[in-house]
Amino acid sequence: METATVNTVATTSRTGRLQTRFAALKAEGRAGLVTYIMAGDPDREASQAILNGLPAAGADVIELGMPFSDPMADGPTIEAAGHRALAAGQTLQGTLNMLARFRETDTETPVVLMGYFNPIHNRGVERFAADAAAAGADGLIIVDMPPEEAPELTGALNAQGLHLIMLTAPTTDAARLSVVLSHAGGFVYYVSIAGVTGTRSADEAQVAEAVARLRQQTDLPIAVGFGIRTPEQAAGIARVADAAVVGSALVERIAKGEDALAYVSALADGVRGARA
Amino acid sequence: MTKALNTYRSGADENGHFGIYGGRYVAETLMPLILAVDEAYQAAKADPAFQTELDGYLKHFVGRPSPLYYARRLTEHLGGAKIYFKREDLNHTGAHKVNSCMGQILLAQRMGKTRIIAETGAGQHGVATATVCARFGLKCVIYMGQTDIERQAPNVFRMKLLGAEVKSVTSGSATLKDAMNDAMRDWVANVEDTYYLIGTVAGPHPYPSMVRDFQTVIGNETREQILELEGRLPDSLVACIGGGSNAMGLFHPFLDDPDVRIVGVEAAGDGIQTGRHAASMTGGRPGVLHGNRMYLLQTDDGQVTEAHSISAGLDYPGVGPEHSWLKDTGRVEYVPITDAEAIAAFQETTRLEGIIPALESAHAVAQVIKLAPTLPRDHVMVVNMSGRGDKDVNTVARELGVDMGGPL
Repeated sequence: METATVNTVATTSRTGRLQTRFAALKAEGRAGLVTYIMAGDPDREASQAILNGLPAAGADVIELGMPFSDPMADGPTIEAAGHRALAAGQTLQGTLNMLARFRETDTETPVVLMGYFNPIHNRGVERFAADAAAAGADGLIIVDMPPEEAPELTGALNAQGLHLIMLTAPTTDAARLSVVLSHAGGFVYYVSIAGVTGTRSADEAQVAEAVARLRQQTDLPIAVGFGIRTPEQAAGIARVADAAVVGSALVERIAKGEDALAYVSALADGVRGARA
Repeated sequence: MTKALNTYRSGADENGHFGIYGGRYVAETLMPLILAVDEAYQAAKADPAFQTELDGYLKHFVGRPSPLYYARRLTEHLGGAKIYFKREDLNHTGAHKVNSCMGQILLAQRMGKTRIIAETGAGQHGVATATVCARFGLKCVIYMGQTDIERQAPNVFRMKLLGAEVKSVTSGSATLKDAMNDAMRDWVANVEDTYYLIGTVAGPHPYPSMVRDFQTVIGNETREQILELEGRLPDSLVACIGGGSNAMGLFHPFLDDPDVRIVGVEAAGDGIQTGRHAASMTGGRPGVLHGNRMYLLQTDDGQVTEAHSISAGLDYPGVGPEHSWLKDTGRVEYVPITDAEAIAAFQETTRLEGIIPALESAHAVAQVIKLAPTLPRDHVMVVNMSGRGDKDVNTVARELGVDMGGPL
């Protein structure tokens, strides 16, 4: 019984982090910036330094990628980042350790772990959920886990107060959308193009229309990602959605050894000035 | 899972699960497409006109039924079981792959798709896909790992002759699994006009069940032919397993005949103990890749490892979900055969029977060479000669130290 009580308390506080952040953004009258980095890319220490620097640079929510050997929904940029991280010795535990270190200095910024199912399946769903929660995760995006397969995971995640953030795509029709949303927590991630990460960019008007359709069916905040590369594009998305997600373009700068945090600041300026 | 079931032939359930295996682990962008394939396939399956059309092409274009051939000299040489070859190597394009390609291309056309993509390992599925695309005038893009392109050059050229675009895949191990990753990426980016023609009994539901259904023509014919030739069912069946489509096609119609012993042969590469192999059931454990849960070669941390086999068609770290389930139920035995054993069987079959087997099929024959001498002469054994080995002569020459450029 004591364990259950502890869990309940932890659940409330973690549920709070995403909710609190999106509520604060709403109060400020602006959209958020969600940034994705691959844990352990190019190596553990450099990746930790970037992760720790993201909130100050202007990231409102962080997606921390868990590297996988066969990232089928990702383009070449994220795939290469995952392979760099794995080659540098990154493990699932290593990723959780990075998050725990981040939480030593930041207890406010929501962090969502993003990756593919097999490493989680391999660790065991319940054990993973407990470890991720203990490390300070707020939610999970599992790219190859559609709502049809989600039930094998949701029990364990709910028990640990972790949100399962569901993806919706341009191919998701109205009937299907309600199925997807029935499993969604935290926020809804709208994949703005039919394609893999980091390839082409969406048309702003189409995104606006899609977000409007989503809003009719959910009260959850809506983040839009895939193909956002510039502060201007991020600002365009920030005018119609609750958050803009930038992944591949940031990972590309890390790969080139450029100042990734300066780029995040520029994106944040774009997002913050979007509705001014 | 160990108790005997009433039937082993009822899977998958409506969500594509065979026990804990199978399923649909794909990105949301792909889900509506996969559901559309399932819906179209269920409709086609229920339409007698579809089967009639398919049967017509299988007879007149593919050349079915394929013979069930008594391998007399191999039988006498081994001195035990009576060995029959199911001659899928005699199909148009030289392997069993075309059976499923023909079914799927008819389905793709029913769905109004105009562009076909496929992955290939040995190139046999790529050639079969390019062939049916040429036959029906559809655009064809084949994803093939760079490693496989190098070791299967004749098939690459055949695909190009047939009008297909062959896209080289350089990521990961640059073999079949990586080709499948890139095919899925292509599909996700071309959702309107493209049909993904998967070559084996793996991938997201409905592919494992659908490809099996199209391949069971092998087992159905075998059943009829052996009854005619021997007046009874065979005592055992042997087939090689990469993803597992030729084996599933032969095995499935016999799963509910408890007296038929069924043996699947995995590629053990340099040997299981070396770690350089493609035997996912002997050396792997359940995992999720390419849209389904199956036995998978993976690290302690859940990263997929590279498979190794001299046979490009068996060089895959997973195996279809129905095979995974059949292993757990105990209905089918799965055994490993090394590269060296397969090469020996390749030579023996060629010299004794005048049939050059594909290196994939040679794995099955290698198991027959082990098993047959231990069995009585009235034991009837059917081995699936899944493909012909013309494509492999360069590989085998290299293994045997023969310089194809010099005097032979």
